[in-house]
Amino acid sequence: MVITGVCLLAFLVVLCFFLGYMERKVAAFMEIRLGPNRVGPKGSMQIVADTVKLLFKEGLTPDGADKFLFNLAPFIVVITSMLVVAPIAYARDFQLWDINIGVLYVSSISSMAVIGILMAGWSSSNKYSLIGAMRSGAQIVSYELSIGLSLISIVILSGSLQLSEIIESQANGWWIFKGHIPVIISFVIFIIASTAEINRAPFDLTEAEQELTGGFHTEYAGMKFAMFLLSEYINLFVVSAIAATIFLGGWMPFHIGGLDAFNHIMDYIPSSIWFFGKTFLIIFIIMWFRWTFPRLRIDQLLNLEWKYLLPISMVNILLVTAMAIMGWHF
Amino acid sequence: MLLGQDHITEEGEFVINMGPQHPATHGVLHLKIGLDGETIKKIEPHLGYIHRSIEKMCEQLSYRQFIFTTSRMDYLSAHINNQACVLAVEKALQVEATPRAKAIRVLMAELTRLASHQLWWACMGLDLGAVTPFFYAFREREAINTIIEETCGTRLTQNYMVPGGVMMDIHPNFQKRVKEVLKQIKEKAHEYDELLTGNVIFQQRLKGVGYLSKEDAVSYGCSGPTARASGVSCDVRKLFPYDGYEQLKFDEILNTEGDSWARYLVRLGEMKQSISIIEQLIDNIPEGDFQAKTKNVIKLPKGDFYQRVETARGELGVYIVSDGGATPYRCKFRSPNFSNLSAIPKMAEGAKIGDLVAIMATVDLVIPDIDR
Repeated sequence: MVITGVCLLAFLVVLCFFLGYMERKVAAFMEIRLGPNRVGPKGSMQIVADTVKLLFKEGLTPDGADKFLFNLAPFIVVITSMLVVAPIAYARDFQLWDINIGVLYVSSISSMAVIGILMAGWSSSNKYSLIGAMRSGAQIVSYELSIGLSLISIVILSGSLQLSEIIESQANGWWIFKGHIPVIISFVIFIIASTAEINRAPFDLTEAEQELTGGFHTEYAGMKFAMFLLSEYINLFVVSAIAATIFLGGWMPFHIGGLDAFNHIMDYIPSSIWFFGKTFLIIFIIMWFRWTFPRLRIDQLLNLEWKYLLPISMVNILLVTAMAIMGWHF
Repeated sequence: MLLGQDHITEEGEFVINMGPQHPATHGVLHLKIGLDGETIKKIEPHLGYIHRSIEKMCEQLSYRQFIFTTSRMDYLSAHINNQACVLAVEKALQVEATPRAKAIRVLMAELTRLASHQLWWACMGLDLGAVTPFFYAFREREAINTIIEETCGTRLTQNYMVPGGVMMDIHPNFQKRVKEVLKQIKEKAHEYDELLTGNVIFQQRLKGVGYLSKEDAVSYGCSGPTARASGVSCDVRKLFPYDGYEQLKFDEILNTEGDSWARYLVRLGEMKQSISIIEQLIDNIPEGDFQAKTKNVIKLPKGDFYQRVETARGELGVYIVSDGGATPYRCKFRSPNFSNLSAIPKMAEGAKIGDLVAIMATVDLVIPDIDR
């Protein structure tokens, strides 16, 4: 148990290194420049160098800060994002914790991250941090609704909250193909809302460098800051993995119901490659958002959720329910 | 300088200091903002962080030297600032620059304007949270700077103008390089539209934000694209032509909306006009001397002289009082950014913090020009 946990943590840290490298390279690609290319082959060790730098930096605590909460906040943020990783299935028969309420677990634990962010903003004794934290409270609480509703649409279709069963239910085709337009709508809503949930551009209002100089983590430095960074990348991985699992079949190869020969060929591709391929496709899409879109304003952000995404997902739930009852899906 | 009393002292108001070190103020501007939640109630600009007493320094420098201190005011239109000074000196001496010098000056000024607007466009995206446009705009801006470097020797503060003409002739490659850059800019124009202009989020961030009425624009003394977006016709190149602008065909871009989106469109339009001006001139640079003869030690006649030019940000006025000596008795610059800044509290009334950043980006402030 302990060994598994340590392995998972090591995996997550390595994954975050890779995501950090990937983000820099994607950004460089979008911005017609080269990106990191000095440290290590093709700059791959750049992120390690940065981590070493962060490790040696002074972990400053401001004078006016509430020291206990200030130092606790990064841990809460990073722990919540690591907890969410638990029920993810990485490959066929490779799931660390197949809890029977997987979807509920994921959505409830991930919403706890906002406590850490609020704590960080409040205890920093910095007005910019406070505004950032307040923004994040409004933002994360709102967008959770849409995430929940879009996840529920698949729960209704597959009839289970357990991630392994949801994956099994996609053996004859992924939900995004089987579920007609309503599931595509909930997939799009999930991607938008989860981008907002993990505070990434164009919804990075909590950090909003140009407005709030860094938002809730303005006062953090060194490893404490690195923890926020770590949790951002773990969150990025988690939402992409959840989207891949729920909508794109997780490790399930691309199957078309009835075409056995084709399905057999697809089975030869290892299931972990399917899982990580789908996850990284979604990660790339979310990075793509970040490097091409300007940031929304706070009222526009809330309008988008309460006036568009939420009503659409509510109607969508009805459609999906009708579809599930009538058996219209494949 | 404090603008009046410290007004933001009301009970229960949330006061934040934006600047002097802040990513969105592009320098050491300090805005004291009174907030109600996210909504802005009051803004007080506090200045003086980059005051270098350029006007006082000018009193110690000869008429050949004082020109170049103005490069450090609005460093993005350094060339046009210098042009204002040499025009003032020429007006006092009643010397006229040679036709070739005039053409070169206008070409350089328009290249500067183009490069300056490109930097504005880059920072516009950056301020609204889109990092990518920055690099696309800098690709073209760097190409323009390289052309300027070839002729003037420097990239940013060119120091190329002298009374009576320009300091040296243009580089033999100048015309070829300029044509290449213009072709590149035209070919890549669609990227600009795809990245920002056509983006829904971007349009929503700007439309209806930071409204400035025509009356307010006039009463605050706004000039340049900021005023023209509110419908005030104030292009000095049209109204008080200098250096042969009267012979060129170009439009004064006007917009009557007065919001941030209008200011954005006006600047984009101006980039196109600058390109058109350069195209008209690039093949028609007259032959001849690049400098008219002037005395080594310039002494202006007794009196006061005023010259205004259109920089990338608005109207720059140079006022020289001479007592007949070799240095100015008093020098005063009317900088466009100072007046444009004074309109920002009006524009941002009732806006959100994010809007304030957008408004500052569309007004395109250069802080060293405000303080001098």
